[in-house]
This record gives sequence, structure tokens and C-alpha cells, in this order.
Amino acid sequence: MKKVFANATDALDGLLKDGMFIASGGFGLCGIPELLLEAIKQSGVKDLTFASNNAGVDDFGIGILLQTKQVRKMLSSYVGENAEFMRQYLSGELELEFNPQGTLAERMRAGGAGIPGFYTKTGVGTVIADGKDHKDFNGETYIMEEGIFADLAIVKAWKADETGNLMFRKTARNFNAPAATCGKICIAEVEEIVPTGSLDPDAIHLPGIYVNRIIQGDHEKRIEQRTVRQKETA
Amino acid sequence: MAWDRNQMAARAAQELQDGWYVNLGIGIPTLVSNYIPEGVEVTLQSENGMLGMGPFPYEGEEDADLINAGKQTITELPQTAYFDSAQSFAMIRGGKIAMAILGAMEVAENGDLANWMIPGKLVKGMGGAMDLVAGVGRVVVVMDHANKHDVSKVLKECTLPLTGKAVVDRIITNLGVMDVVDGGLKLVELADGVTDEEFRAATEATLVN
Repeated sequence: MKKVFANATDALDGLLKDGMFIASGGFGLCGIPELLLEAIKQSGVKDLTFASNNAGVDDFGIGILLQTKQVRKMLSSYVGENAEFMRQYLSGELELEFNPQGTLAERMRAGGAGIPGFYTKTGVGTVIADGKDHKDFNGETYIMEEGIFADLAIVKAWKADETGNLMFRKTARNFNAPAATCGKICIAEVEEIVPTGSLDPDAIHLPGIYVNRIIQGDHEKRIEQRTVRQKETA
Repeated sequence: MAWDRNQMAARAAQELQDGWYVNLGIGIPTLVSNYIPEGVEVTLQSENGMLGMGPFPYEGEEDADLINAGKQTITELPQTAYFDSAQSFAMIRGGKIAMAILGAMEVAENGDLANWMIPGKLVKGMGGAMDLVAGVGRVVVVMDHANKHDVSKVLKECTLPLTGKAVVDRIITNLGVMDVVDGGLKLVELADGVTDEEFRAATEATLVN
């Protein structure tokens, strides 16, 4: 079966429906599936729930879907960079479920691994633990968190081969690997699709079994906090 | 007289031990990397998926794929390793990170920490802070002793939503260093030029000997 599609709109064809649950990779604006997010915006699909560590900024990343009010609910650990997000949340238009960052990553990993729930110490004694099952192991208290099973996963990788084997680059790997595994269908957008056989099988970060559709495209790769040091002058 | 931000960071750097893997939070904790003592080798973890975090890049050498947990551009080192977020927090939750140095809005005498939200005012999220305080070997807080209204941030009980319950081991402020012990906080060290009397007057929490 052919996994390579011409563009993001083609790759999403037949997969989008109102009210669906999408898991997205990325940390801040690093390694976000920017082409797929733009195509989702263009499709007009609405009432979406997103599991994504962040919500982008006002005009990039998931932020573009907030502006068009296509998102109903977010599962995130940090949303501090997005004024429109804050406005919609405080006015009650947008539902937000805060997940500690590691809990969110593990919920995606667990969902992808067929694990419906797990226990963690993270959040014990905080509002995160409210209403969750508590259980003691070896004298310490843990809370149960549930695996994420998304309708669709959208991720960004550096390179793919035609069978969907993926390689990421530096810290752009982040949530892309766990997010890819927890969707019923996963679409990966990459900077380069290379011929099958040209990636070192020992260097593949995510095997193609998790990836159903692939597109190649140009990425803006916006930098959120450009921070530099001065060259020491001799 | 008291410590400034850099002096607090320098004092916090004295907590580092050779061979440790350490996570530094945003703000003053980030400055700690400028003061790592001679002969102490530590590896900095960035929870977005990196061990062996290097300094900021030179202008023109920024890489959009290489950022820290504060979303700032950074560089890699010869020993750098990258991994995904699930593995990053597996090593945090699994107790492999020896210490986290974090900022705080409030700390209580039993080690409770609040640093992620002010209800109705500031709703940004906890990021990785709840996972870090629950998982790492030792939690050191670096913060100003009082807020901008001159009210102690070192409290009997936190008033803000908690990041973690009884998780803080040591507190470093502009006025001095305290350990969380049975019954309250124990003064370990006063900052330069701060008297015992001044320190006690500025501290709401119970101080024990």
C-alpha cells in the first residue's frame, strides 16, 4: 500500500470529522506538524479535541485553529505563549485539561502500547489528583492516569523512507514519537522522503508500522525564543 | 545587603556534585550553569528531550530544531544525547536525575511547592515541574525570599495550588539557605551581610534549630 501522499490536504482526505480527537507532536513551535495544521484549518473541521503539549502561538501551530474556533478542548501541559488561548479559556469558550508534561507523554506512549491506565507519583497531593484513583505501592501513594487513544495522530519528522520509517532531528523529536503511536491513523510530515533502503535500519527512531501516511514539504520552522551569546573578542 | 540573582545562582551551583545529571528550571536556575564549580562535571537535562545541554549559540548559528525547555535556542556538546518526551520523563520519574533546581512562587515549611498557577490571574500550566518534583532525587528551590509586596514566600502553608506536596529539600533565597526538616525549616547559611534577626523577621515559616 502506498503511504506517500502529494500534500497535507490529500493526506487528510477522508480522515477528518467534527468532534474528533487528534494527538499532535511538537514542543513549543519545535517539531510541530505545521503543514497538517494548516490543512486542518483549511478543511473547516470543528469541535476538535487536541492532545498537544502546547497550543502554539497566536498565528502559528495550533494557535491558527484557535483563531478560527475549530478547537473545543485541549490536553496540554503549558499554554503560556498564546494570548487568544488565554482569552478563550477564561471566557469559557475553550475547555482545557492540564496534564503534567511527563504524564501527557506517558499517556500517549501508553495508549500506543495498548495500556489503558498506569500509576504515577506525579501530581499526588495537587489538583491534578482530584477524582483520580489513588493506590499505594511499597508505602508510597500513586495516582492512576489513563492512556490516550486518539482518532488521528499528526507528527513532524526530519526524514522518512517510503515505508514510513522515521528519523527525527535533535530536540524536534519531543512528543512526535509518542503522539505518532497513540492515533488510530498517523500522518507524518517530513522535510525529506528518501528511497526505501537508504536509511540505516539501526538509526530509525520510529518504525513505519506506526505511520500510515507521509508527506514531504517545506517547513517554516519558526523559532520562539531566539537566544544567542556574543563571540568573545580576543 | 543580600545576594543578587547571580550570587543566588552561584550558591545553588555549590549544590552540584561530580557526575550528576541535573535539570535546571527557567529563570534564576538557568543561571546556575554559569557557576558550575571547577572539577565538577554535571550533565544538564532539558526535559524536551536532551541530555548534555550546551550554551546559547552564536548569532547566525541558531537551529530551530535545537531548543531548551524554555524554548530558547541552545547548542549541543560532544556527549549530547536526544530522545523523545516519553523517555525524557521516564528518566525523570524513574529517579535517574539526581537533582532539579527550580524557581517558585511559594514554598512551605513542610516542603510543599507552588510554582505553576495563580487562580484567576495566571494560567500557564505546570509544564514538567510536577513530574520533576515527584521524580528527581533532590529538589532545590531558588527564589526571592519575599514577593514584590515584601511578603514572605517562605510560608507555614502555601496559599497557591501546589506543584508537589512535601517535595522540597533545600531553599536558596536572596537572604540565605534553608533545609526542610522535621517541624519546619532549618537555617543553613545566611547571605552576605544578612543578620539572623533580619532573616527571621523576613520569614513566615517556622524556623527550627
